[in-house]
Amino acid sequence: MSAIVLTASDRTRLRRSHPSLFNPGIFKRWGGLMLIAGALAYLIYGWAFFDIGRTLSDGKWERAGIYMADWISWEAQPRYRFQPDGSLQIEHQRFSPLGENPDTDWMTTLPDGREEVTFGSSANRVEIGTTDVVAVVDDVPYEIVFANENAVLPVNAPAAFSEKNGRVTVSFGFAGSAEIRSTQVLVRRRFFGWENFVFDTTSPFWGMSLPELWSTIASGPQIEPDQSNLTLAWHEFLTNSEWQHGDVLNKLLQTIVMAFVGTLFAATLAFPLAFIAARNVTNSRPMNWITKRFFDFTRSVDMLIWALVFTRGFGPGPLAGIAAIFVTDTGTFGKLYSEAIENIDDKQREGVRSVGASAADVNRFGVVPQIAPVVISQTLYFWEANIRGATIIGAVGAGGIGLKLLEAMRTNQDWENVAYMVLLILIVVFVFDNISNALRTRLIGKSQ
Amino acid sequence: MADITNDGRELSAATAAIHRHYRQLLATKRLYSALAVAGIAIVLVLALIFANDASSGKFVDRIPYLFDFIKNFVPDDPFEIIRAMFDLPSPYADGSFKYDYEVGRHYLFGTGLYVPEYFFEMLVTLNIAFMSTLIGGLFAFLLCFVAASNLGVAAPVRWIVRRILELMRAFPEIVLAGMLAAVLSLGPIAAIFAVSVHTVGALGKMFFEVVENADMKPDDGLRAVGANWFERVRFAIVPQVMPNFVSYFLLRTEINVRASTIIGAVGGGGIGEVFRQSIGRDHAAKTYAIVILLFLTIVAIDQLSGWLRRRLVGNAAFQFGA
Repeated sequence: MSAIVLTASDRTRLRRSHPSLFNPGIFKRWGGLMLIAGALAYLIYGWAFFDIGRTLSDGKWERAGIYMADWISWEAQPRYRFQPDGSLQIEHQRFSPLGENPDTDWMTTLPDGREEVTFGSSANRVEIGTTDVVAVVDDVPYEIVFANENAVLPVNAPAAFSEKNGRVTVSFGFAGSAEIRSTQVLVRRRFFGWENFVFDTTSPFWGMSLPELWSTIASGPQIEPDQSNLTLAWHEFLTNSEWQHGDVLNKLLQTIVMAFVGTLFAATLAFPLAFIAARNVTNSRPMNWITKRFFDFTRSVDMLIWALVFTRGFGPGPLAGIAAIFVTDTGTFGKLYSEAIENIDDKQREGVRSVGASAADVNRFGVVPQIAPVVISQTLYFWEANIRGATIIGAVGAGGIGLKLLEAMRTNQDWENVAYMVLLILIVVFVFDNISNALRTRLIGKSQ
Repeated sequence: MADITNDGRELSAATAAIHRHYRQLLATKRLYSALAVAGIAIVLVLALIFANDASSGKFVDRIPYLFDFIKNFVPDDPFEIIRAMFDLPSPYADGSFKYDYEVGRHYLFGTGLYVPEYFFEMLVTLNIAFMSTLIGGLFAFLLCFVAASNLGVAAPVRWIVRRILELMRAFPEIVLAGMLAAVLSLGPIAAIFAVSVHTVGALGKMFFEVVENADMKPDDGLRAVGANWFERVRFAIVPQVMPNFVSYFLLRTEINVRASTIIGAVGGGGIGEVFRQSIGRDHAAKTYAIVILLFLTIVAIDQLSGWLRRRLVGNAAFQFGA
């Protein structure tokens, strides 16, 4: 900005004619800064109160990477046990994603009887023999020998190697790692994607390629005598033991139903009550007061409290969730609707009344058209919010996907299931946001 | 609409045509309304049947016994509630956790002074709510100017920022909390993180809508004297939008107090967690003490925030939103 030069007399004149601008109050001058300082002071207090610094530094951050990787990848953990007779026995983890008798191209037997595991490419591999193990990292072989029941870290081993308690771990980055002990080698081999997403390993359809699956379903011999291959495949998909599609979709539907029914009931009950609560429609102070305090009560008793109370009453399940949303939102809607009614333009009611309409007609044609936009848009807003909120009250037992999500997280091993459910929830939220926006635009126009 | 009936007088041909068209439009509108209501009713019935089947207690079976559990929730005498609230020794003490109120005391500085357990837990919950509103509000403030369409930010940047805000809003809080809790072991910091992220998304959306409705004349004026983007935002937009921002910020504070009680119940700590435990164990006096405390706090926060909002922006600033 180029400066505008003022003479001294100009300046005095300006100062004198606009004193309020040149001498603002202390709050106007420093208020913003004081607010910022207050906020900062509060954040520092909060930091100390929750001991954030220490908790963060005590966190097991090395696990965070594994958990995040679990969202989008899976791991096979074959274990090569050294037998006393000098042979190798391969053991897989229980419910291995590789199935009963895995036949994979990354686990091979070498011509000399040793076993080989490749990590992504042949430049990174582990050759396993009972007396020594050779780990090849970027085409450079390192021999790991055993001494006194300990695996010995090879000399000049690169950073990918580490040794702890007589166990040598070779890390191949994302592709996995191999832990070498004197009795066994534990291989962790990680792959991108969600394993066995459609069919689990016990299913007859497991491991089929898409064309193969298609031909089996369309024209293959019937696998189960009493049902067609298509229904069997659908059943196998829903009962997939790892992904539990049937259960997840059922719980997701419960969450949607909770939000839909709860919001609809709340709106239906709050609408007539709002007319009783509105001062300008119901001319009775006690009635206004009672309804308004009723709204305040149901609204201010937290949704958590209602959820837990109804979970005790109905037992776990979506009925409790519906009841909790219904009771809480009756209060919220009642407050919003009655405020909308109290803010209407009274001329329209007078007009309807002047032509001799009944009390019901006065409200129907004098009030409802004016509050309809507010009622519709707020109800739809809360419907959206409840679809998001129903997830979390479900976690305390009020039905829906929340509890399933919480259980999947508690184990710390099913992060891929968490990712799957989060994806479904996000899709549902976006779909219903768009439905609600479309409805809003349809019903009350673009102005919102 | 009330029908305009033909009361026997003859209508002219033109008027009759208008009248016929009006009747036709009305019939169509009524048909659509009836169809919509019928559709909603059918979906509702199906939804209720589904919900009933999915619940462990069936609606019709449970209704007579719905509040039976309240029988277990009769405190031994009304003063028990007060004793539970203020951690005073109970005359019913039998060594069980149910009557052991003193165990939860948080002593201050090693003296005899203590903060009663539920007041302390309430403070934890409030601190979670305030911290996350502050942190979330700060980031929302920084992001909203980039997301608004009237400040000349490149369309792709705006698109990305808006999608990020939507994602933050829609991402289930419980998963955000769970992810961090898995790393930090359960606790309030995970709750702060989860509520903050949601707050950025929710406030960011409201903020950028306010910015988009701002009067652009001050901006034009600043642009005319050669101000850069930051100066224009600072001196043309911020002063206009600040009252609305503060109003939304206060509303979000109210919402976050509720959100942090709920997230507390699923492992975030604070009053939600002790409440879930006490209602689950049938500790009547403790449960009532917490309900009363929570109710009073929420009412107080709502009143305070409402009063502040009215002072800052006037009566118009009461608008809810997700």
